[in-house]
Amino acid sequence: MFSLIRDTFTSQLVTLWRVFKHMFDKKDTVEYPDVQPYMFPRWRGRIILSRDPDGEERCVACNLCAVACPVDCIALQKAEDENGRWYPEFFRINFSRCIMCGFCEEACPTNAIQLTPDFEMAEYVRQDMVWEKEDLLINGTGKYHDYNFYRVAGMAVGGKDKGEAQNEAPPVDVRSLLP
Amino acid sequence: MAKIVIDGVTYEVNGDNNLLQECLSKGLDLPYFCWHPCMGSVGACRQCAVKQYRDADDQKGTLVMACMTKANDGSIISIEDEEAKKFRANVIESLMISHPHDCPVCEEGGECHLQDMTLMSGHNYRRYDRKKVTHRNQYLGPFVGHEMNRCITCYRCVRFYDDYAGGTDLAAQASHHHTYFGRQSDGFLESEFSGNLVEMCPTGVFTDATFSAHYSRKWDLQTAPSVCVGCAVGCNTTPGERYGELRRIVNRYHGDVNGYFLCDRGRFGYGFVNSAERLAESQQGKGTGRRTVSEDEAVLELNRILDGGQVIGIGSPRASVEANLALLQRVGGDNFYAGVSDAEFAQLQILKQLSGESALHAPSVREIEECDAVLVLGEDVTNTAPRIALALRQSARNRADELAAAAGIPSWQDAAVRELAQRELSPVYLLSGYATRLDDIARATVVDSAPGLTQLAQALARTLDSAAPTPAATLQEEQKQLLGSIADDLKGARRPLIVCGTGSGSEALLKAAANVARALATARGGDQAVDFCCVVPEVNSVGLVLMAGETQSLGLALKKMQAGDVQAAVVLENDLFGRAPQSQVEAALAGVGQLVAIDQLPTRTTELADLVIAGTSFAEQQGTYINYEGRAQTSMQVFMNNQAARPAWKWLRKESETTLAGLLQTAETTLEGLAGITAILPVSAAAVAGMKYPRQSHRYSGRTAIQAAANVHEGKQPEDRDSIMAFSMEGMSSQRDTAVLPNTWAPRWNSNQSVSKFLDEVGGHLRQGNPGRLLFTRNGSSAGYFEPESAAVTTGDFTLIPAYQLYGSDELSARAEVVNERLTGAYVALAPHDAQQLGVAANDLVTVSADQEALDYPVCIRRSVKPGTIVAFTPAGQFPVAGAGDQVSLSKAQGSGQARFGNLIVSDLQQEGI
Ligand code: SF4
Ligand code: SF4
Ligand code: SF4
Ligand code: SF4
Ligand code: FES
Repeated sequence: MFSLIRDTFTSQLVTLWRVFKHMFDKKDTVEYPDVQPYMFPRWRGRIILSRDPDGEERCVACNLCAVACPVDCIALQKAEDENGRWYPEFFRINFSRCIMCGFCEEACPTNAIQLTPDFEMAEYVRQDMVWEKEDLLINGTGKYHDYNFYRVAGMAVGGKDKGEAQNEAPPVDVRSLLP
Repeated sequence: MAKIVIDGVTYEVNGDNNLLQECLSKGLDLPYFCWHPCMGSVGACRQCAVKQYRDADDQKGTLVMACMTKANDGSIISIEDEEAKKFRANVIESLMISHPHDCPVCEEGGECHLQDMTLMSGHNYRRYDRKKVTHRNQYLGPFVGHEMNRCITCYRCVRFYDDYAGGTDLAAQASHHHTYFGRQSDGFLESEFSGNLVEMCPTGVFTDATFSAHYSRKWDLQTAPSVCVGCAVGCNTTPGERYGELRRIVNRYHGDVNGYFLCDRGRFGYGFVNSAERLAESQQGKGTGRRTVSEDEAVLELNRILDGGQVIGIGSPRASVEANLALLQRVGGDNFYAGVSDAEFAQLQILKQLSGESALHAPSVREIEECDAVLVLGEDVTNTAPRIALALRQSARNRADELAAAAGIPSWQDAAVRELAQRELSPVYLLSGYATRLDDIARATVVDSAPGLTQLAQALARTLDSAAPTPAATLQEEQKQLLGSIADDLKGARRPLIVCGTGSGSEALLKAAANVARALATARGGDQAVDFCCVVPEVNSVGLVLMAGETQSLGLALKKMQAGDVQAAVVLENDLFGRAPQSQVEAALAGVGQLVAIDQLPTRTTELADLVIAGTSFAEQQGTYINYEGRAQTSMQVFMNNQAARPAWKWLRKESETTLAGLLQTAETTLEGLAGITAILPVSAAAVAGMKYPRQSHRYSGRTAIQAAANVHEGKQPEDRDSIMAFSMEGMSSQRDTAVLPNTWAPRWNSNQSVSKFLDEVGGHLRQGNPGRLLFTRNGSSAGYFEPESAAVTTGDFTLIPAYQLYGSDELSARAEVVNERLTGAYVALAPHDAQQLGVAANDLVTVSADQEALDYPVCIRRSVKPGTIVAFTPAGQFPVAGAGDQVSLSKAQGSGQARFGNLIVSDLQQEGI
């Protein structure tokens, strides 16, 4: 019985002391927006569309991000340039619906769509939260620097013919009988 | 019935089938590539391996290919056996060693059998680190794309294209791991069934190029069960829409009609729906005074005209039953005329008369495949009802199955059966106006004009039954011999078939064909009806003739209009200039007070109308169509027209409460021919709490972004008050009822191969029954033979034979942009000798003059044309200079034409000298 009273009392004192000590700690809250917090690179914020190392649009309009998106806030349309390269004719994200889950990035086979540490996206008018490709496409590779989907894929596109992708033999000559 | 044990469970199966077939029919997941229910097994891919045990004591078992092993009674097999699983995983891994990293940019992605099978077989990571084999692609024309790197050498493409569909320009080339599937050189795929490669190929080698041009993934398309409006076969289709545009058409399985296949007109001819020419809004006034009117104004004006009295309606064979009914009910039966040429109307009346005869039976496409002796009379089936032509190819193969059965080889042992039969085919006799695509399967062909063929048919009827009328002409000895062997083959066959149709343009030939069928029925004795397939030109030709009165021909309507007896004429989805001679139409239009034209696309008729009402395409409305065999089928609406076009029946109904079902119910009681039609209306028997069936898949993407550019506040989904389907992802699962199932999909089966999950057995019938209903009731006995009539004599040196083109004879598909490249343009074909006499070369113009009219046509010189005849092709929307069998004169004209004869669909262009 005595020990219970003693322990309770001590615990109270210790707690009080600890709280008191915190008054002299470094503050965690910062004077945002005058002071900007450090954002981790893998933070899931504003979505961008990136370019491959050759500076071409990475998105191939495969629609996988759109189907992965749990709130269905991505819409796009595939188009093809004169060399057979697929790209999105339009690419729209309705950020007023986006929940920043990152599923789109996870689904993307080309590393085109990426979430960035930027979270400052508030708008006074909801309509302004609808972003088109012009708003999303950046001029760099984003978080992933080296990957170029068309260098791996088998389709011929401008600047890469059949047989020129990674690990590919030159096109077969069907008229030849050689092994 | 045989009993087999699969993984410890006993199943009752058909012991004649193979194990793969039975596993799939029982709903089990067993991977496969090269097998197809219509093409049998060749054991090429080794993907379907299972373990088979000798008896219950056998613990070790042997690996067998399920598709090559008969489901013998007492078989014990295992799909789940570890060794079998490992084998399948290794097989798929080896098939994938050169497969490109293409899925994101592959049109097949998301509905790819290879993707499904790879996952199912358990191959995830690439271990092979050597170089991948690559291939160059070919340009295969405007319809089919080619990306050869993706091939897994299952050989399905060539087995379909060459063996099943009779194509000659696609082949396997090179050898070992260089094997290549393509043409000798770039150029369009010649087969009229090339589009099926898209669905046959389990990978993305062959893809739909028209779809790729505005691509969407399968799950993003809004779809509904629809019916092809390309011709009168009534193939079931799944059109898909995205962003307000029709994106593609794929096959929708129907056990009696199209099965697994469509023709290219049906698959690729949808572009007219998206055409920039479409009538987006209704218009009033003529010439420069024409102005756009709002929907309300249009309704008011239309009602004012319709209620004004003395109105006639001209129905359409390409409009739905409902649209025609709405017009009929509005103007009254006596004022409703059939909008087809008078010659065709007369032929359709004969068909109607024959439709009640119990000695005849209109066979379904599947039944045609079962026939083992075929006589085609004057119809170029490939160009007028292509899916039937594909079925005729299969009927010719019945001989091979017979031989195989005699030798104890199961019919699905494809390579063995072909090896055994070599070139032996069941008898197919083609008596037609010109050489056709089916010539290569024919035992004998006769090329002649309609009067000549009529004589032959009459003589044949007489050969079969001596009670048949005496033919007018006497025949030569060789003709008699030919007729003798035709008669023997037809009499001796298990299931003989007579194919004819309106394509010959000749009423007399149609009657003679009916006489042949009747004589055959008599000759065969018993009470088994004879298969009599009468091909009609348009999707609802039969529906129209069942609705219009017997005397209500277009000629009569035009006469009345010309005489000034008519205040207003309402023309439903029809271009009169394609149905009657220009002079007649012009005179009629001059006499009529007001002309109302309802259509989807501008025509010469809409140009002259006082009021043009914007109608919807098949994809933007629900409608019923009645096919060549009297099968009424519902085609559901796929998407809403986002402009001011509305379904014709909505424009025309008197009360705004009238529903589609209401229209059909009224019709059922008033029109004898349509009795029983309401039975086809899809009912939501399974619906809970008023829920509807969704048109969008459960993976449909972009719901909150598609409209967001215009307005971020999402509006309500468009409401569908007319049907049991909703423009939504939500509602009852359509997987439960194949009548409302647009897209097949099953867990682990994203490709169209998932269709097995919805069939009673693979290649069989849909679980809930094949949708649609046959309307013909055959309880009448024959009215006796048609008596031969002597044809009216016309003067001229050449007898005219009408020709048809898969691309060009159908008004709507011909207006799809991609089809352009495959059109020939109008032409007349002459025998080389006649051309020489006239001093004309290919594409020179000749003037063809008949009684009253004269028209210039480019000349095509074809070796198969019978001297003294001309084969004239007139594209839809134009009226030919003369009728079938009429005499015309030819003279050389100035200038030359630009017809493209390379687009002719014939058996052998080279043989024709083109
Ligand atoms: S982050 Fe999530 S919610 Fe946002 S677009 Fe991507 S998938 Fe959709
Ligand atoms: S998943 Fe990537 S490549 Fe595919 S559409 Fe989305 S952003 Fe483009
Ligand atoms: S092209 Fe397609 S169907 Fe033909 S062998 Fe290759 S994978 Fe099979
Ligand atoms: S055969 Fe006729 S109905 Fe069938 S797909 Fe072709 S055009 Fe359409
Ligand atoms: S499906 Fe059996 S071996 Fe290809």
